[in-house]
Amino acid sequence: MEKILEVKDLQVSFDTYAGEVKAVRGVSFHLNKGEILAIVGESGSGKSVTSKSLMKLIPNPPGRITGGEIIFKGDNLVNFTEKQMQKIRGSDISMIFQDPMTSLNPTMTVGNQIIESIIKHQKQSKHQAKDKAIKLLEMVGIPNPEKRLSSYPHQFSGGMRQRVVIAMAISCNPKVLIADEPTTALDVTIQAQILELLRNLQKRMETSIIFITHDLGVVANIADRVAVMYAGKIVEIGKVEEIFYNPQHPYTWGLLGAMPNLNEDSEELITIPGSPPNLLNPPNGDAFAERNQYAMKIDYQLEPPMFKVSETHFAATWLLHEKSPKIIPPDTLRKHRQVSAIEKQKDRLAKKREKLLEVKNLKQYFSSGSNVVKAVDGINFDIYKGETFGLVGESGCGKSTTGRTIIRLYEATDGEVLYNNVNIHDKRVSGDLQKLNQNIQMIFQDPYSSLNPRQTVADIIAEGMDIHGLASSKKERLGKVYELLETVGLNREHANRYPHEFSGGQRQRIGIARALAVDPEFIIADEPISALDVSIQAQVVNLMKKLQKEKGLTYLFIAHDLSMVKYISDRIGVMYKGKIVELAESEELYQNPLHAYTKSLLSAIPLPDPDTEKIRKRIKFDESLFWNGEGEEPILREVKEGHWVSCTEQDFQSIKKQFNAV
Amino acid sequence: MSINEKEITDDLFLPADSENGTEAISRPTITYWAEVWKRFRKNKAAFIGLILISIILALAIFGPYANEHGYDEQNLTRANLPPKIPILEQVSWLGVSGTDIQGIDRYKESGITEYFWFGTDNLGRDLWTRVWEGTRISLYIAILAALIDLIIGVVYGGISAYYGGRIDNIMQRIVEILVGIPSLIVVILLILVLQPGIISITLAMVITGWVGMARIVRGQILKLKEQEYVLASRTLGAKDRRLIWKHLIPNTMGPIIITTMFTIPTAIFTEAFLSFIGLGLQPPIASLGTLINDGYKLLRIYPHMLAFSSIIISLIMISFNLIGDGLRDALDPKMRK
Repeated sequence: MEKILEVKDLQVSFDTYAGEVKAVRGVSFHLNKGEILAIVGESGSGKSVTSKSLMKLIPNPPGRITGGEIIFKGDNLVNFTEKQMQKIRGSDISMIFQDPMTSLNPTMTVGNQIIESIIKHQKQSKHQAKDKAIKLLEMVGIPNPEKRLSSYPHQFSGGMRQRVVIAMAISCNPKVLIADEPTTALDVTIQAQILELLRNLQKRMETSIIFITHDLGVVANIADRVAVMYAGKIVEIGKVEEIFYNPQHPYTWGLLGAMPNLNEDSEELITIPGSPPNLLNPPNGDAFAERNQYAMKIDYQLEPPMFKVSETHFAATWLLHEKSPKIIPPDTLRKHRQVSAIEKQKDRLAKKREKLLEVKNLKQYFSSGSNVVKAVDGINFDIYKGETFGLVGESGCGKSTTGRTIIRLYEATDGEVLYNNVNIHDKRVSGDLQKLNQNIQMIFQDPYSSLNPRQTVADIIAEGMDIHGLASSKKERLGKVYELLETVGLNREHANRYPHEFSGGQRQRIGIARALAVDPEFIIADEPISALDVSIQAQVVNLMKKLQKEKGLTYLFIAHDLSMVKYISDRIGVMYKGKIVELAESEELYQNPLHAYTKSLLSAIPLPDPDTEKIRKRIKFDESLFWNGEGEEPILREVKEGHWVSCTEQDFQSIKKQFNAV
Repeated sequence: MSINEKEITDDLFLPADSENGTEAISRPTITYWAEVWKRFRKNKAAFIGLILISIILALAIFGPYANEHGYDEQNLTRANLPPKIPILEQVSWLGVSGTDIQGIDRYKESGITEYFWFGTDNLGRDLWTRVWEGTRISLYIAILAALIDLIIGVVYGGISAYYGGRIDNIMQRIVEILVGIPSLIVVILLILVLQPGIISITLAMVITGWVGMARIVRGQILKLKEQEYVLASRTLGAKDRRLIWKHLIPNTMGPIIITTMFTIPTAIFTEAFLSFIGLGLQPPIASLGTLINDGYKLLRIYPHMLAFSSIIISLIMISFNLIGDGLRDALDPKMRK
């Protein structure tokens, strides 16, 4: 195969006040013509920096390329001047950025932005460029391209904007397209569309794509080859099947194990302990040794070279050395793991009988002027004691608002929330409210904004105790803080530090400790893991499961990541436009989705399994089919024990018939 | 690859004992304020600013008592004397040898043996006493004005943002009206009604001055009250008072301090400006503004009358800016390394 781009021992550093941060420490790979190479890694692994240095887009200062070569068309791009690079950018190599909200100029029409780059690089007349722009917009699937040409970016939705960005990127038929997390800011169903689009375009135009992502599901969906990055180095590179079914590096094992798989069911996720090293002083030897449970002495002394596994598969770990002991990768990584889900289900069914929370026709409208946004529009569900109830949906469907309304951060517009058979939205006496706040707690999404930067960890955790007067003396208070820190897996020593000294995962643990400080029965977790890296997500989810077992907690788990929700929840409610469209046991919902929206949502989630990804068909959800206020209003009906679907009377009968037939 | 195979011995492949114990050794427990002080001291510029302000403050308090002259003690026989300082008078280029710009020793000419460190003005008043008396009054007005600005601004902005909705709407309209009236007109009217004096000048500055602080605090709190830690505190059952004092105000501290530190020099300047245009303090009371006003008329002949007061006003402004900058960083625990 023809190599279109080759990177040899690339090194990139950033000069900071604290010293030189070696963000990329000797990365070598090549890109074949017409393939999609995915670079995966956690935040801070250097994947974005690598891709930006390919186009020399690293801000200088503080960043600089300190060594290595980037060979493109026989030239070494590292030695190119800014002027030479400007010719390459956009025409030979182009880039798609993560956030479509910021990568388009809001004061220029979409058409002008595309035309501009065509005129600049291809020396075409304005008229020709305009025709081409229309063609491009059509190619990326934007309806009415002639009309849309004169629209401004804010008139497009997020997904459409990303399509425009893609149209701009491919406008000059680039040889290499670098996509830096192009779908991270988008909803799953939109993500699936964009991935499909990229794949089609790649086939049609024979471009090579470098696809940067942290999501292994996306990788399995789109990539031909995969490079796994850790601490500024590629630790494993190979074909997608080789990486997913025959991983060699313990870090890859950890990454794969940390992702719950929709098709499978396992008791505990594999986690990678600790957090990535500080690249200000990269450790000697293997940077991963600290977190590697198979670490050997050599890992602390020498950097492992790239060992060859097959013609296309390389991994940098001493485990592959002939003298190393043979280690069998963890069970969960075997290609088709089979765990009987039935037993677990029974277990769950047995324990849930007592209703803890009942939500009845809850409505939450926000009005700004004459504009009324129906964020939550009459939802009903029950949560039983000791279970985990998952609430999923795309951004803007009202799932977070539901959580916040239940805990009374917002005053409900209408409806009731019964907690232990008492309507909590009635309570006006402050004593009762206090008691309620002690029983229901919340874990927040953003680990960076959910902790007060000016308080020490001890004060943050103890806030609930202070409010409710749970600690009688300073000593008791501190003792409780220590206990909580240890419960969530942190050290006592952390108590008098400030939040900014912690990593995202550790901050989330502090947030959990704060919620636990008042001994709640019920915890609302509002996207507690969506801001975290995969390996850290698994740590937090395992912690939440452990705490549930130990303390008999009940969770309302709000998330957009269906695979994680399915893993942690007993029952799941799917929300769409402020309503619950389907509610069932998690296994049942996954095996037998009935509502069209649930089906499309399930089919859109990329799984970390290339074989299934290749044959999967995506089901599209036609929005016009959703009830628009005319005719019979679909309501939640129980079609089967514990399985509720929003449907009309007629649909209800036909579904019933189906069940009876089976 | 490049690694020498001989280096790799079998025992290197033994499992490593987990060498990573606890993540980091904890730092000694010190209180928040001790730490703030430590961080502040590290900031050289701010520390110099603090020293300068301390010296100026000390001189403003004790300076006038260094000799027997009162600030309003006139004596035309010793009018317009240039500065003369013992010992330093030997250094000719410093210009403190008692000779004027024509090179005549005025002290000898008038037969005065006493040393006037900053010289005297056209009415023969001792400038040393007047300058420090003036600094004291200027600082007093400025700090008083800044403090009142701070209190009204924080309370007004805080209430407006925290309660939001209609309250915010009404309060902001009031602010807009206040901003719409040129402050000079307000000040002139006020001083016409009240007797010109320290209190009326302070009042005049405060009447419009707090608006800036209120707007800054409102902006900050509007932003902060949607932060998740504030929501978290609310879900824990915190009352308004706790939210405001534990979460909102501490996190608004940076902008509040900066604004206050900028208000002080601005207030000194406004006072100087008012005195300069004749609306400020009336003679014989001295302030930095009146001194500059008196001095500039004779700038060509007796530069010393302007020099000392302007140097001090500049030093005060620079020092407060430096301190404000340093204080903001010192109060922020994120700057902890």
